[in-house]
Amino acid sequence: MITATINGNVVEIPEGTSILDAAKRLAIKIPVLCKHPDLDHTAACGICVVRNKSNGRMLRACCTPVEAGMDLLTHDPEIVGVRRTILELMMSKHPNECLTCGRSGDCELQTLCQDFGIRREELPNITPDLPKDCSTGTIELDPRKCISCGRCVQVCQDKQNVWALSFLDRGIDTRIATAGDIPLNESPCVSCGQCSAHCPTGAIVEHDESGIVWDKLQDPDAICVVQIAPAVRVAIGEAFGFAPGANLTGKTYAALRQMGFKYVFDTNFGADLTILEEASEFVERFANGKGELPLITSCCPAWVDFMEKYHSDMIGHFSSCKSPHEMVGALAKTYFCERNNLDPKKVFMVSIMPCTAKKMEIKRNEDMASSGMQDVDVSLTTRELARMIKQAGIDFAWIPESQPDHLLGAYSGAGTIFGATGGVMEAALRTAVHMVTGEKLGKVEFEATRGLKGIKEATLNVAGHEVRIAIAHGLGNVEMVVNKVREAKAKGEPLPYHFIEVMACPGGCVGGGGQPYGVTDEVRLARAKGLYSEDTAGVWRNSHENPYIQELYRTYLDKPLSEKSHHLLHTHYKVRPTYQR
Amino acid sequence: MSTNDQPAAPAKPVLAQPAAPGKPAAPSDQTAIIAKRWRAKRGSLIMALHEVQETYGYVPRDVALKLAPQIGVPVARIYEVLTFYNYFKTSAPGKFVVSVCTGTACHLKGSGDILANFSAQLGCKEGESTTDKLWHLQGVRCIGCCGIAPAVIVNGKVFGKLKPADVGDVIDKVLTADAAAAKV
Repeated sequence: MITATINGNVVEIPEGTSILDAAKRLAIKIPVLCKHPDLDHTAACGICVVRNKSNGRMLRACCTPVEAGMDLLTHDPEIVGVRRTILELMMSKHPNECLTCGRSGDCELQTLCQDFGIRREELPNITPDLPKDCSTGTIELDPRKCISCGRCVQVCQDKQNVWALSFLDRGIDTRIATAGDIPLNESPCVSCGQCSAHCPTGAIVEHDESGIVWDKLQDPDAICVVQIAPAVRVAIGEAFGFAPGANLTGKTYAALRQMGFKYVFDTNFGADLTILEEASEFVERFANGKGELPLITSCCPAWVDFMEKYHSDMIGHFSSCKSPHEMVGALAKTYFCERNNLDPKKVFMVSIMPCTAKKMEIKRNEDMASSGMQDVDVSLTTRELARMIKQAGIDFAWIPESQPDHLLGAYSGAGTIFGATGGVMEAALRTAVHMVTGEKLGKVEFEATRGLKGIKEATLNVAGHEVRIAIAHGLGNVEMVVNKVREAKAKGEPLPYHFIEVMACPGGCVGGGGQPYGVTDEVRLARAKGLYSEDTAGVWRNSHENPYIQELYRTYLDKPLSEKSHHLLHTHYKVRPTYQR
Repeated sequence: MSTNDQPAAPAKPVLAQPAAPGKPAAPSDQTAIIAKRWRAKRGSLIMALHEVQETYGYVPRDVALKLAPQIGVPVARIYEVLTFYNYFKTSAPGKFVVSVCTGTACHLKGSGDILANFSAQLGCKEGESTTDKLWHLQGVRCIGCCGIAPAVIVNGKVFGKLKPADVGDVIDKVLTADAAAAKV
C-alpha cells in the first residue's frame, strides 16, 4: 500500500492504482470519456487531466498510476479550462443532432457538455460526411458521432475476438469502420451489440423497431402477443430509477398489457422448454452415446453466428435447440392458437430481449418460420421497451403488478437463471440428473457454474457419473475452450469436457448488448443476483416440474426430441464466411 | 489513435477463416510464399504487406483476406495498418506512380505547389489515379532525399530540386523514356 494526497485528502491505495481509481475512493469524480471499467485505458480522450502539484505538470488520470507521496489536484480553473477545450474540440467534429439521436438523455458526451455548461459551439464544425451503416438490422453505426475513444474497437477485438470493427486511417481522419469499409452485415460482426453497450455517444445504437410495434398495436386485426426474456426483468427498472437487479417482472407484464398486448408470455417458459429438450439431448449423447460430445449450448444467437463464422468445425457439437424466445414464438402461433381458436396469421409476436443479436436471429434461417410464418415478428431490446413504456405514459414505479398468460408464461427458477452466465448449464444439469436417476434433487444449486470468472471449469458428480463442464462468457473466452476440445480430438485423448455453455456477452444476458447503459461488473452481478433470488424464492426450481411444460408435452409435443419437437423447437447450422467480400 | 500506435504486433490467436464461397481464387501460391516467410516472426505484418505491394503494385483485397489466417493476423488489423500508412495502396495504382515528397524539407521548399501542378496537369487528385489508369498521384512523407528537395519519385526514378514549372518536363521525360523502352 502507498499513500498520496489528492485535493488535500490523504488516500491509501495499493501500488499500481490509477489516479482515476484513487480519486474515486475520495468521492472525487474525474470526467472521462474513453476509459471504461471493463476495458484497459487508452488515454484517447484526454479529458481526465489532473495536476501534479510538485511540478505543475498535467497528467492523464486514467493511465497514470499513483506514486507514493504524490500530491495531486483534480480541479482548478486551468484544469477545468483544458477539459472544456477538449469538449469544444470534440463538439467541432460531432454533429449537433442531440434531439434526434438514439442516445439523447443517456449520452456521456451530452452529459459532460451539460455539466460544463456549454451553451454554444465555439469552433467551426468540421464533422466529416460519413455514411451511416444500418446494414445489419441489429445495430446502427454512425461514424460521424464517433469521438474516437476506442471502446468499441477494444470490445470488438480484444473482449469479443470478433474483429469486425477497427480504426481506419489516422489523425483527424481516424474513423471506426470494418476492414475495407464493407457493410457490417458482410463483415465478421455477430451483432452482439457490446460495441453499443460501451459506446459513450450515439455512434453505435440498437436499430429501433418500436415504430412497427406501435403500428401493430393500433391495428384492430392484429393480435399482439409479447414475451420477455429472463434478463430484461432485472434491468428494465434502471431506466426508471430502480437499482440494478430489482426484479420487476410483474410491473413489466402490467406495462405490456397497458400498452395493448393481448397476451403476455414469458421467455422463461421457453427456457424451461429448452432445458427439457437440451437436457434430453445431453443425456442421449452422454449416457446413450448418440451424437458428439461435448454438447455445446445454442441459446445465444451472437455465439451461434460466431461459431458458424469462426468455429464451424464445432457444428456437430452444437445443441440443435432453438433459443427460448424462438420456441415460444413457434408455440404461440401453433399450440397457443389451436388451444384458443385464434388465427395464427393474425398473431404478431414481439419478443423483448436484452440483446441486439436476437433481431438477426428471428430471420436467420427457414427454421425460424416453423409455424408456417415467421415465428417471432419483431425483437426489441430492453432499451427500446423502456422508451415505449415512457411514450405510453405509464408510471412504471406505481403500476400494480400483473400475471403472465400461463400457458406460455409460467416458469421455474431454472428458467429464470438462464439470464446469467452459467444459468443454462445449471438449469440443464438439474433436469439431466432427474432424467438419469428419476429422483428429485436434494440440493439444486451448482455453485461452480456461477460468478463472473471468464472461463468456469468444473468436474461434477451427476447421478454417479463424472461430468466435466466449461462455461465461457464474452466471446474472447471461447477460443481456449474450443481449442482444448480440438486438441483432445486430434490426439485421441479423453475429452476435456462433456458439456459447454457459451454466452457472447460478458456476464451472460444480464450484460447483454441491448440492456440499459452503464454496465459494469458490479451491475452484472446485481442483475444476476436478482435472477438467483427469484430462483430461490420460486415454487418450482426445476424445468421439468413446471406443470405447463408437462401439459405441453402431454397434450401436444408428446415427449422431448419427438418429431413435433424437432419440427418446432430445433434448428440446424451452416458454415458462414467471416467476410462476404 | 492508441490502437494504431503499435499496429504491427498482433498477439491474437489464429482464427479459422473459411473461404468465401464464389470468390475467384487468389494467386494463392504467391500469398502462401509471402505468408510462410513472415509468419514465424512476430511483428512482421508490415514487412509482409511490403512484399505483397511489391508483388502486385498494391494490396489486393483477396490477397489480404488470404494472408490474414496464414500469418495469424485478423483482416481488421491488416486494414488498420494499410490505412494508417500512406505508402500502402488498397487499389491498383496507375502505370506511372508519382510520389511527391511532402516531408519537412520538401514541404519548406514548396512541394505543395509541385503536388498541385501534377494534380492539375494529370487531372487527378492526390491519392487517386487518372481515369485511363496511366498515372497515380500520391504525396508521401520523407523519402530521404532532403539534399535535393523538393523531390519526386516516378516509378523508382528520382527527380530533385524541382520547381513548379518543371512538372510538365517530368511528365514528358517519363513518357519519352517509356516510349523508348517499348521500342527496344
